[in-house]
Amino acid sequence: MILFVQTLGWIFRPPLQGREILKQMEEVGVRSFPVVVITAGFTGMVLALQSFTGFKRFGAETMVGTIVALSMTRELGPVLTGLMVSGRMGSAMAAELGTMRVTEQIDALYTLATNPIKYLIVPRFLATLIMLPILVIFADVIGILGGYLVSVQILGTNPTLYFRRTWDFLELIDLYSGLLKAVFFGMILATISCYQGFSTQGGAEGVGRATTKAVVLSSLTILIFNYFITAFLF
Amino acid sequence: MQGMESTIKIRVVHLYKSFGDKQVLRGVDLEVWQGESMVVIGGSGSGKTVLIKCIIGLIRPEQGEIRVDGLEITSLNAKEMNEVRKKFGMLFQAGALFDSMKVWENVGFGLRQQTRLSEEEIRKNASEKLALVGLKDVEDLMPSELSGGMRKRVSLARAIAMEPEILLYDEPTTGIDPIMADAINDLIVQMKEKLNVTSIAITHDIKSAYKIADRIAMLYQGKIIEVGTPEEIRNSPNPMVQQFVEGRSEGPIKIL
Repeated sequence: MILFVQTLGWIFRPPLQGREILKQMEEVGVRSFPVVVITAGFTGMVLALQSFTGFKRFGAETMVGTIVALSMTRELGPVLTGLMVSGRMGSAMAAELGTMRVTEQIDALYTLATNPIKYLIVPRFLATLIMLPILVIFADVIGILGGYLVSVQILGTNPTLYFRRTWDFLELIDLYSGLLKAVFFGMILATISCYQGFSTQGGAEGVGRATTKAVVLSSLTILIFNYFITAFLF
Repeated sequence: MQGMESTIKIRVVHLYKSFGDKQVLRGVDLEVWQGESMVVIGGSGSGKTVLIKCIIGLIRPEQGEIRVDGLEITSLNAKEMNEVRKKFGMLFQAGALFDSMKVWENVGFGLRQQTRLSEEEIRKNASEKLALVGLKDVEDLMPSELSGGMRKRVSLARAIAMEPEILLYDEPTTGIDPIMADAINDLIVQMKEKLNVTSIAITHDIKSAYKIADRIAMLYQGKIIEVGTPEEIRNSPNPMVQQFVEGRSEGPIKIL
């Protein structure tokens, strides 16, 4: 929590570490892209199958498109992206910063008159904050396409009808609420993971512990916050 | 070195630091003169590393004063401390090189962060500093490709890159072979002569201490028990100092 406040404080102090931010944006955004695509695609697909089974029982099969779109944008897009990026980047951040801590590289930064919060944490924080919503937009689109593919190709739904059901009931607030979640999740996972890495103690074993804690704590915090953000926007 | 005694570069007064129940520093007093090479010797766990990290503000002591050029640093805030650290360069025990950066980027890190020099100028400067520590054609290697001795040299090049007034050496000869260790000792002596820096080294390598020190201080159980020239230390009547410099396992210092 203290780290979060310090990080916010350092964000607005020049010079901005442009080079580091870009490097982290590539790491968080571009390299996580395949993972997010596969997760979202298959989730959209399975969502179509499952909701079709349910809706068929009361003859509402045409609503599959709506339910896939709403679930993806409001809920599964941000939550699954948040969890996958926690697993991928949270662990990487904690392991990298943890190793830097135990090999005295963080001390070395101080001795070179460079604040490690500004140099190491702010770029990771900003990169996650910017890239997570972008990843969520891709996840939403790909999830909806996945649902479309299964519905049209396997379940034989009329393509035009599927898209009309998707567009007619989807509102901007659905998209916004998902993106708002993504921003929060990005802050949560970057802060927790960086904190765990930064406060690592005790050699290789400590780095392992920090990495595990980063992923577990980020994931749990994301799930808990997800409920409260949803309830707040309800 | 006589005659320079009048200017005190670093003064440590009654320094205390503990971690949990463990009292590591119990009232350390030490004066380091302008331009001298001070070596703090002591066994493992005597608090040498804690002392040096207090001096550069990586660890905050609980009690006592540290004055650098007269300025008390233990109560400074992060920003003020950052300014003080610009006077320092530090060689870490295992190098602490940034392993995501090439050698020249490591050496040029301070310049890149604190000046507006172009990449070529930084690289040129890094090459000069590397030459000063006896390395060439290593600019584009990654730290993981270097041997232990080379890592220490690169780390030294990085420490002197911003032309500090004070150099701190954390176990400069630990973990490398005796020939390389002696080469590092020569470098430390050269640094003092060429760059006119004040330096503090901590080590348990008594041979290294004799070679690089103008004065030696022995830290035992969190206190400085003796300070003197290498000659005075060698002939010290203090049985604990004698035991340490002769490297005997029996004596007043008990091995836990």
